[in-house]
Amino acid sequence: MSEPAVRFDRVTLSYGARSIWSDLSLDIAPGTFVAILGPNGSGKTSLLRAILGLVEPSAGRIDVLGHAPHRGDPGIGYVPQHSSFDPELPFRGRDLVRLGIDGHRWGVSWRDPAANARVATALAAVEAEAYADAPIGRLSGGEQQRLRIAQALVGDPRILLCDEPLANLDLRYQQAITDLIAGWRDRAGGTVLFVTHDVNPVLRVVDQVLFVVNGRWAAGTPDEVLRSDRMSELYGSHVDVIRVHGRILVVGESTESGFNIEEPHHPPAAVVDHGDTS
Amino acid sequence: MEQLVTLLGYEFVQNAIAAGFVIAIVSGVVSGFVVARNMSFAVHALAELGFTGSAGFLLVHLSPVLGLLFGSAITAVFIGTLGVRARGRDVVVGVVMAFGLGLGVLFITLYKGYATQAFAILFGTITGVSRADVALLIAIGLVTLGALAAIYRPLVFATVDPEVAEARGVPVGAIAVAFLLIMAAAVAEAIQVVGVLLILTLLITPGAAAERLTPRPGLAIVYSVAIALLCTLGGILLSLITNAPVSVFVTSLSFASYLVARFAIGPRRPELRLVAARGSVPDVPAT
Repeated sequence: MSEPAVRFDRVTLSYGARSIWSDLSLDIAPGTFVAILGPNGSGKTSLLRAILGLVEPSAGRIDVLGHAPHRGDPGIGYVPQHSSFDPELPFRGRDLVRLGIDGHRWGVSWRDPAANARVATALAAVEAEAYADAPIGRLSGGEQQRLRIAQALVGDPRILLCDEPLANLDLRYQQAITDLIAGWRDRAGGTVLFVTHDVNPVLRVVDQVLFVVNGRWAAGTPDEVLRSDRMSELYGSHVDVIRVHGRILVVGESTESGFNIEEPHHPPAAVVDHGDTS
Repeated sequence: MEQLVTLLGYEFVQNAIAAGFVIAIVSGVVSGFVVARNMSFAVHALAELGFTGSAGFLLVHLSPVLGLLFGSAITAVFIGTLGVRARGRDVVVGVVMAFGLGLGVLFITLYKGYATQAFAILFGTITGVSRADVALLIAIGLVTLGALAAIYRPLVFATVDPEVAEARGVPVGAIAVAFLLIMAAAVAEAIQVVGVLLILTLLITPGAAAERLTPRPGLAIVYSVAIALLCTLGGILLSLITNAPVSVFVTSLSFASYLVARFAIGPRRPELRLVAARGSVPDVPAT
């Protein structure tokens, strides 16, 4: 087996004196789709930032594609947490994708047919050609998310980091975006690290989950990790993992209303089955 | 018309037009970024503290143009290092601006020269610039444009998409400080035309009008420069003909261009209408 795409070797991450999570050891093989789960504030985004070289672990060692993380690594594509664009901003989806090729270089960008062709290919891969020339701030959240994915993939990375790419999207878009990313993984053999508060939209395509709670973590296949005993151990209180209509709900006794601990945007009462009961 | 031709023969008119040309180009380019980065308050602070610098330099008999540049550049460094994060920035700007303007009042009180100097800084003095000042303004303008060209791509990246820019290795914090310094130079330039109090007419309005005309970033800069040129040169010429101050015409022309861009031309541009731009293709194919 080739070397892991990302290796965590007893990594501890802390902000000041507060440790976010500690002693994380995990090898992520190339081509794996990893869902990173856990409640808000459990350090999921920090984990991506550590891989990007934007925060230093306080202990342990991270290897990304065989070397220490460093900012601007061309082997990594990054889809950040949703932030909107000003509706009047004179900027098109096409321009956003172009930034993914040479936006970090100094100087002015001149006409570059080769770069334009790569942008066109990336736009086609996410089926965003139809609105690539519209002002980006006036597009819907799902359309902007497609463009962000095209931007992250236009540099042909080996690893794709996505931070809550499904937040604020309706179920139809969640499916479409998940399929896009999983399709890239299958086609290009890339590795996906996908931060999400709800595993259900990606359950069909996930190989591994990494669950972080209160500084502790658990990793493995969804069936290994998303079990009542493992989750109770992780949370340190009694937690039930319920499978209903092909969906997984993590329910703790502390949440008396029966809401998912993972704080989904759609409370279980409103959840309907979408036929992915494979 | 004859009157205008005669006027164009005067050296002070040629000076004004040469300086105005460079100033308008700098203002047009910078204003697009000021709008996109939402920095109108910072522009105002740089201008007011440019006034303080200018008054201070007058007091010790140095060039008021250099004083402007000095005052606004110091302010840019203060704002840039104390408040890089957008949330705290307005607060820091306000704190620095209030103190600096107080100093400016002191300098003007101590200054024993003509009060017209202070008036000129506040409301613009382009038809009064000397040949030496024109050379200085052109030099500052060219250096500013060169600096902007050098950081253009990472500046766009950091403006539009700061999270990904940071991940891709763009030094977002350093770019913010560099842009503040570029703004400081642009402010020192634009004050020559419209003065401290009317600075936004050249450093906001052209960019704000241009973004109503096109979704293309490069073209928006071209439009913005064209509008700034129209306002500045048009303002200078109208002022010469009528003897009213330049600022009156620059602010009127700039406001008129904004209204025309926003309400007359903008709404007719097909590429800005989402339905036309997007076509009739649904985003997600029906399943």
